Amino acid sequence: MTDKTHIPAVEGLFTMDPSEPRLIGTRCRGCGTYFFPAEQTLCRNPACDQTDFEEVALSRTGKVWSYTSASYKPPAPFVAKDPFEPFAIAAVELETEGITILGQVADGIGVDALATGMPMELVLRELYQDDEHVYFTWNWKPVAAGATHE
Amino acid sequence: MSKDIAVLGVGMHPWGKWGQSFIGYGVKAAMDALKDAGVEWKDIQLVAGGDTIRNGYPGFVAGATFAQALGWSGAKVSSSYGACATGAQAISVARANILAGLCDVALVIGADAAPKGFFAPAGGRRPEDPDWLRFHVQGITNPTYFGLYARRRMEIHGATQEDFAAVKVKNSRHGLHNPNARYRKAVALEDVMSSVLVADPLRLLDICATSDGAAALVLSSMDFARRHTTDPVKISAVSTVTPVYPNDIIEMPNLATDSKAGVGLPEIGFKESIAHRAYEEAGLGPEDMSLAEVYDLSTALELDWYEQIGLCPAGDAEKLLRDGETSLGGRIPVNPSGGLACFGEAVPAQAIAQVCELTWQLRGQAEGRQVEGAKAGVTVNQGLFGHGSSVICTV
Repeated sequence: MTDKTHIPAVEGLFTMDPSEPRLIGTRCRGCGTYFFPAEQTLCRNPACDQTDFEEVALSRTGKVWSYTSASYKPPAPFVAKDPFEPFAIAAVELETEGITILGQVADGIGVDALATGMPMELVLRELYQDDEHVYFTWNWKPVAAGATHE
Repeated sequence: MSKDIAVLGVGMHPWGKWGQSFIGYGVKAAMDALKDAGVEWKDIQLVAGGDTIRNGYPGFVAGATFAQALGWSGAKVSSSYGACATGAQAISVARANILAGLCDVALVIGADAAPKGFFAPAGGRRPEDPDWLRFHVQGITNPTYFGLYARRRMEIHGATQEDFAAVKVKNSRHGLHNPNARYRKAVALEDVMSSVLVADPLRLLDICATSDGAAALVLSSMDFARRHTTDPVKISAVSTVTPVYPNDIIEMPNLATDSKAGVGLPEIGFKESIAHRAYEEAGLGPEDMSLAEVYDLSTALELDWYEQIGLCPAGDAEKLLRDGETSLGGRIPVNPSGGLACFGEAVPAQAIAQVCELTWQLRGQAEGRQVEGAKAGVTVNQGLFGHGSSVICTV
């Protein structure tokens, strides 16, 4: 277990910083709009023809837009834990970027502990592993009361 | 120039789980539509197929597949895909050919044989495909989005799980006598409330099933129609719009919305724009409609549609439902067919089936579920990856 390399389940979506991970997006150098996952080809704002983008680490915190649960095991290509453990999912709105991003809610925290407008922060969690690697993805986690974040 | 075309004939294969090929379902629906129209297969000039992505290569070329099954006749052929809005794409192709004078009479067919349980993406590792990505990195299924919208409705408009369940109760009553519906059984509020939670706050009976089924239309120019019948039902508008950037509502199959930073939001949201464009094209408004067929993938989504197609202001959908206005006998019955609640989803057939129901209603042939004196109706539907779908029929 300890010999296994920790890698993202899909490259290029987030940094592997264990304490302060960030989602990786891009920002249009023309109109300033943001993209996640990163857009590199042509700005999707129809009034902008910019092809030059700056890579940006998105805000680590945001507020819950809405939330739900997955009470049944999702099909492949999801790799579910065996036995399957139901999980909550939150749509979290990042204020600066004006983007709402989906993610599982960390640590088995259920929908009863969630509310619209609740502050959330980005964390990394193991998704699955094989003989050589542990694969990670992002989760949202309620910001602990009293804790301070940037 | 009038943009009207005629619906000369309609046909369906009943929805269910029949364990057969989608081709046979489509052929049955097509034969029924031809018979209903009084038109022979050899006289059809264009076949517009709605594709299915779950039935191998024949599904991706559905127009040709159905044309071959009906007997190669040399007709022009077209195959379209727009996820749940596939049927509207096929109708739009046929309509454009008719209005351009490129053909007089066309046959539109959509059919599916659906797997059990959750829809899932095709195999292989494809990180650039948002549909693959959402399943792989977050385990996000279609009901996830339905749950997010339902919870948002509860938080913003004070909807309750009982309100959602009441939509199912209403639709189950509407579909009781529909011979093409898969589920023809009255459902009680307690049945919905005691069914298992799937995507909080939605339960199993709040979410539509996946079904086998097929629907077909014979469409023609008004001149052609006048030689075959009097006072046919007309299609007065077809909307197949995309969103306008930026769309700030999270949509299937995406993991993120567009960004509101740096770019102002459009005047109306995507879901509102779908029927809006159809009303504009028809020169009619929601107040002119006698009924609506809306895409109730979940019970809560039906309530969202009431507002998005202009039946009531935002936040009033629950009151419209509770007052019985959207039930048969009410001011504007919604889903008199029973909707997806009674049919389950046969993806490429669904937008076509909505037009079949409007046609039966406007002809006064919707036995056991007739909206009295129906003069005009609107359908609305949305396919993932940005496909709007709305059709207005008049008589």
